[in-house]
Amino acid sequence: MYLDFEKPIAELEAKLHDMHVLAKESNVDMSKEVKSLEGKILELKKETYSNLSRWQRVQLSRHPERPYTLDYIEGIATKFVELHGDRNVRDDKAMVGGFAEIDGESVMIIGHQKGRKTKERQLRNFGMANPEGYRKALRLMKLAEKFEKPIITLIDTPGAFPGLEAEERGQGEAIARNLKEMFMLKVPVICIIIGEGASGGALGIAIGDKVMMLENTWYSVISPESCSSILWRSWDHKEKAAEALKLTAQDMLKAKLIDGIVKEPLGGAHNDPQAMFKELKKVILEAIQELSPMKSKERIAMRIDKFSAMGAYVEK
Amino acid sequence: MSWYKRTEKGIVTPTEEKLEVPDGLWHQCPECKKIMQADEHSASSYVCPACGYHDRINSKEYFEILFDDNAFLELDENLSSGDPLKFIDSQPYPARVAASQKKTGLKDAVRSGYGKMNGSDVVIACMDFRFIGGSMGSVVGEKIARAIDYARKKKCPFIMISKSGGARMMEAGFSLMQMAKTSAKLALLDKEGLPYISILTDPTTGGVTASYAMLGDFNIAEPGSLIGFAGPRVIRETIGKDLPEGFQSAEFVLEHGFLDFIVDRREMKKKLADLLGMLK
Ligand SMILES: [Zn+2]
Repeated sequence: MYLDFEKPIAELEAKLHDMHVLAKESNVDMSKEVKSLEGKILELKKETYSNLSRWQRVQLSRHPERPYTLDYIEGIATKFVELHGDRNVRDDKAMVGGFAEIDGESVMIIGHQKGRKTKERQLRNFGMANPEGYRKALRLMKLAEKFEKPIITLIDTPGAFPGLEAEERGQGEAIARNLKEMFMLKVPVICIIIGEGASGGALGIAIGDKVMMLENTWYSVISPESCSSILWRSWDHKEKAAEALKLTAQDMLKAKLIDGIVKEPLGGAHNDPQAMFKELKKVILEAIQELSPMKSKERIAMRIDKFSAMGAYVEK
Repeated sequence: MSWYKRTEKGIVTPTEEKLEVPDGLWHQCPECKKIMQADEHSASSYVCPACGYHDRINSKEYFEILFDDNAFLELDENLSSGDPLKFIDSQPYPARVAASQKKTGLKDAVRSGYGKMNGSDVVIACMDFRFIGGSMGSVVGEKIARAIDYARKKKCPFIMISKSGGARMMEAGFSLMQMAKTSAKLALLDKEGLPYISILTDPTTGGVTASYAMLGDFNIAEPGSLIGFAGPRVIRETIGKDLPEGFQSAEFVLEHGFLDFIVDRREMKKKLADLLGMLK
């Protein structure tokens, strides 16, 4: 599937396909033409993806073929035991987690989960967790703390679910509790935004020693669409809203609100999932290696100091 | 011209249009329409003596109600907003802040003070809804964080009075991280064994609910306050149905187990002092 701004690439790739077919059917050697066209496509891709607008990055972050949390777990872990339920209400399918083994290292991985086909999308509630999802996540984090295993969280949500029952069961309290508790976790916590990072629903599992964003993701207090509808009474100004919110990984790093950016393959994570998995695995293992030797007290102090320094104000 | 003089001349002002009496001598309850002297209204903590309606009030009034003799040391009063994102909608963000500062005489949407309540030291931070809807930006987050630090330094209880529409969109990512920052400081306060009382007033929604407002050792609300995470309009659109009567009211939130109790503002100071007294 191609996004609107990828149309020129799609056209050239269709042309390349035709060329292959023609060469095969007519038995003519077209290798020279093929090579030249392939070069052209690569150039165009490089140009397109190095000049993405903020809205285009939002589009990539939501690409339907983009890997989701369980894809990453499958791609980077050799073993995974999924754990369910918040021990209170039910199992929230929009939040998944469990113990995993990465290169012989045991970790707890927790993340928002979106679905790919209509039925699965509904099952996963479009990646919008209910309070029990946040409470399940906290339960798993406490388990990781008990067994002294690092915690990896993968963030990919259009927001915490704004439903009637979510309010009844304390959506606000559930997120708030996680924020406070995550600061005091004795084990290393590594948080990675792999797709959408919408507001409190994202932050609710994103308090960590290292918070990183994949190259084509967004993280902010509100989605561009909702921001547009508040400011201009319609969703039509989402591009403008995305610009105003400065919500990309590049913006967030510049504002010192995250610790790093994880490089994606050319064209986005979905274009070469294997390469993406490899890169993410490398980044995770490096972070664990850096954080593990520290004393838990030091890590907690560093975590608190980092978030305490976030803000822009003048004092006079 | 005062409402009082106009009635003398026999001109009846439609009550819906004249909820606030301009000369400040008289007050009309927006709920039961009772007319009373403004002094009488403020003496009953801005609660209607007839029907119990709690008028929305600001940090100035809460400090008057809670601090002994209204004596307190105001903390960090010189913090004001930056413009980290150069955010512009219908007007640049700094212009919006300046306009709100001029209109309200406030620097931002929260004030904090250190003083005595029934003879004991407390730090109180209180939000002002008049300032850009009580929205939480960097100044709000930083002032609350510092107020908590002050309580930690003085080893005294921290009381937070919330009244907010949630995050301040014009500070985008910076606004979001204030939820984290304030929660971090509350975790430290908690670890040090100091009491935290969160008072939720009308309205408390969004990122404020999803951070410090819900993290009290004691979560207390004023009667009838709107308290929730998502706004009622968003929820209505999500579920495609009208919301049940009383949904997201303080009474609803109490019933679902997220508040310790609801307190009449006229009883607030005594009840807080009683509670804190038992923790000593
Ligand atoms: Zn009344």
